[in-house]
Formats: sequence, structure tokens, C-alpha cells
Amino acid sequence: MLLKRLLLLAMLAMPAALAQASGGAIVAAASSLQFALAEVAERFTSETGQRLRFNYGSSGNFRRQIAQGGPFELFLSADEQQVLALHDAGHTEDDGVIYARGRLAWLQRPGRGDLPELEDPLAGARQAIAAYQAGEGRARLALANPQHAPYGVAARQALEQAGLWAPSEPLRILGENVSQAAQFALSADARGGLVAYSLVLAPALVERSEHVLIPERWHAPLNQRMVLIRGAGETARAFYAYLQRPEARAILADYGFALPDSEVP
Amino acid sequence: MEWTALSVSLRLALATCLLLLPLGLWLGRTLATRHFRGKALCEALVALPLVMPPTVLGFYLMLAFGAEAPFGALWQRLTGSGLNFTFGGILLASLVVNLPFAVQPIQRAFEGVPPHLREAAWCSGLSPWQTLWRIELPLVWPGVISALALTFAHTLGEFGVILMVGGAIDGETRTLAIAIYDRVQAFDESGAAVMSAMLLTVSFVTIGVVYGLARRRGGPHV
Repeated sequence: MLLKRLLLLAMLAMPAALAQASGGAIVAAASSLQFALAEVAERFTSETGQRLRFNYGSSGNFRRQIAQGGPFELFLSADEQQVLALHDAGHTEDDGVIYARGRLAWLQRPGRGDLPELEDPLAGARQAIAAYQAGEGRARLALANPQHAPYGVAARQALEQAGLWAPSEPLRILGENVSQAAQFALSADARGGLVAYSLVLAPALVERSEHVLIPERWHAPLNQRMVLIRGAGETARAFYAYLQRPEARAILADYGFALPDSEVP
Repeated sequence: MEWTALSVSLRLALATCLLLLPLGLWLGRTLATRHFRGKALCEALVALPLVMPPTVLGFYLMLAFGAEAPFGALWQRLTGSGLNFTFGGILLASLVVNLPFAVQPIQRAFEGVPPHLREAAWCSGLSPWQTLWRIELPLVWPGVISALALTFAHTLGEFGVILMVGGAIDGETRTLAIAIYDRVQAFDESGAAVMSAMLLTVSFVTIGVVYGLARRRGGPHV
């Protein structure tokens, strides 16, 4: 009886699932974009009636999948290297454009110690290190893995310029991508973490977290480049153009991305 | 080869085997020889990690390990350190994940011991402990070796759960499987290849041992 009901349910759900699965060009996008891009896509679809599907993940993974013939038509990377490498290997239409510059932020749970001041955004990290060295607990510091995640590299540079990279070693926990780093940063075992500002400003996070922006000169610019993959269709092209229009840029700016033509302060 | 990651993996696999051995023997023997209410439920719970997606398990463990969850808080009070992002945490996760691999081969082996042998031993004046040690264990050891080999190999390869509760800390929670993933992500294919070949060899030898033992016993107990 239960089985029959489940089967019936599965059959009812199938057409919907199939319809969704065949819904338009697939866009590969860095996980730092997952909230901002959803909003841009909503606007795009309501204005043009064209649908897109989004895969969010780490930029390095997407580079590999595209090089191996993954079914993507547009790739929005969190850095430049992945796109330029694909261009050199002949997988893309051209070398693409920089659509935004990412910013780094300190993220922590509300009430997890004092929120650092804007002038000293790494104060929380410094406190956690001092507490650990004094034998008072082991509150963790989260970041994305600097071995392959662009925001992890920026986090490392920010800690290095503050002289905190070496002493933070026993406290560091590494997310597989910057979204997981944000999730780690908000766990009860962490003092906080260094993650993408665009994630911090997302509605899902903004209510249960506190943040401070990290000065952009503390790390190499997080230039985020996008590119059309060879053989991209009309919808992907239209979205690529739309992302460079003022409406889309305004949404990206709302989510804390610096615009590509602005200057690094 | 990343030796630190290999050593974390080996320590994790050995500790998992050592801790699961007594538990597997007790649980496997109980499930094989006793009849009690709720036995089917108990067997289902033991087998559950086999079919549960590692991410589901990882998600629940992450919640339970948190310093604010009752279990995580109790652990913190008893040991002074948290469970998320620690070796203790991934060890506990590994014990849960490997429960079926440790219990099931041992249970099958005990089921293969004829009940009259046990009764004859008792009639000859052997205590239950002596019966276990001198009559049953010599008969079920291939099942025990299978259980240990499977647990060991499976722990070396465990990925999803550890990715979710580990935090990839060098020398503590960054296992060989996580290191391979990191190397692939960082486009270091030769580094990943060496470590993958190592895990492949270990897995192959393990499965060889298990099947070799099954043949000796005249039937697979896996």
C-alpha cells in the first residue's frame, strides 16, 4: 500500500522533474555567486522569458569539467586564472571579461566575542590566537582551502600581511570551497572566518551572522572573469551580455562585489 | 605522497579497527545466537550506514558534534575539546560509518557455528568465556579477519563524512582521501596519482584477503 502510494507520487513528480531538467542552458558559477546570481537570473528570466540552469561549485572544479567537455555554455569564475587557462587550451570563445571584483570579509556568529572594528578587522582572529596560546580553548578560524580556492588565497594573504598566518596554524579549518568555509565560520566551535563578502550579505546569512569588511589592499585583487564556452547558445549569450548591463551590475554591487572598472583603493 | 595525510589515515584506520573489534564481536555474536524482541530493528540499525548517503550522516554528525548540541557539550565537558574539526570527531564518525563492515562478517561467521557445539562445550564444563575463547573464536576467525580488513580499507577511503566534519586540518583531520581531492582541485595530477595508486593497492590487497579467507571457509561471509 505504502509502496504503491510512493510509486504514484514518483510518477506524478516525474514530469515536473523532467521539465526542470530540460530548462535551458547550463551556467557554471563560483559558489561565492550563488545568492547574487540567483537574483540576476530572476530579473533576466522575467525580462526575457529565457531560462537558465546554474551549477555552483569551486572554480577549479569547473575548469576541469569544462576541459573534459562538460555541458556548460557560460562559466563565471571567482578568479582569472581558470578562465585564461581554458582560453589557452581553446575551450572558450575568447578570453572573456572581468564582471566583478570580489571582496573579503570577516564573518562570525552574533555574540561570539566582540565584533572587530572596521580599522582592525582581524582583531577576532588575533584574540583567538592569543587565547589559544594562553591555553584558554581552541576557537577555530575558517577559510577556504588556499591550495585551490581563490578566496582562500586572499584570506591567506590578509592573514600574512597582519603577521597572523604562522600563529593561526593550529586554529585554521579549511572549507572545500568558500561556502563551506562560511558554514564552518558560523559553527559553534569557530571564532569566525574569512570568506566572500557576497555570501555574507546573502539574506540566508545576514540574519544569523555579523561581519566586517577586509580592506582590499590586504590581498591581491579578486578579479572574477567570465567567459562563453565554445558552442554556447543564444540564451547563454544573452545572459553574458545582460551581466554587463547596469541592472545586473547594480545587483552584483548590492551583494558587495566591486565593479570591474572601479579602482582598488 | 603526503606522509602526514597518510599517517592520519593509518592512525584513523587502526583506531577504528581496535575499537570496533570488541564491539563487533559482542554485537555479531549476540545477533547470531540470541533471539529477542526488536532484533530485526537492531540489525537494520547496524546495516543503516551501508545505505545512508555519507552527506546525510555527515550532516547529522555535524549537528550532534556542535559545542551547543547536548552531545557535543557533554563531550566538551568530559574531554575539554570539541568534536567538530578534531581527530576524536572523525574517529567517532568513522566508528559509526564502519559498524556494518565490522559486525556483519562476524555475525555471519557466528551463525555458521552449529549450536550443538556450544552446548557440548558447556556440558563438558567449559564456562561461556572458555567456550568463546577455545571453541568459537578458532571457528570464526576468518570472519573476524574479514571484518577487520573491510573496516581498515573502508576507513582509509572514507571521504564524504570526513569532508563535512573534518575541516581538513593538516596532521589531524586531513586524511589521504581528502588530500587526493585537494591535489586534484589544485591541478596536481601526479601528486593525486601517487596517492590514488597507494589506496588502490591497499583496497585490492584487502579484498584479496577477504575473498581468500571466504574460499578457505567454503563460502563468502561478506
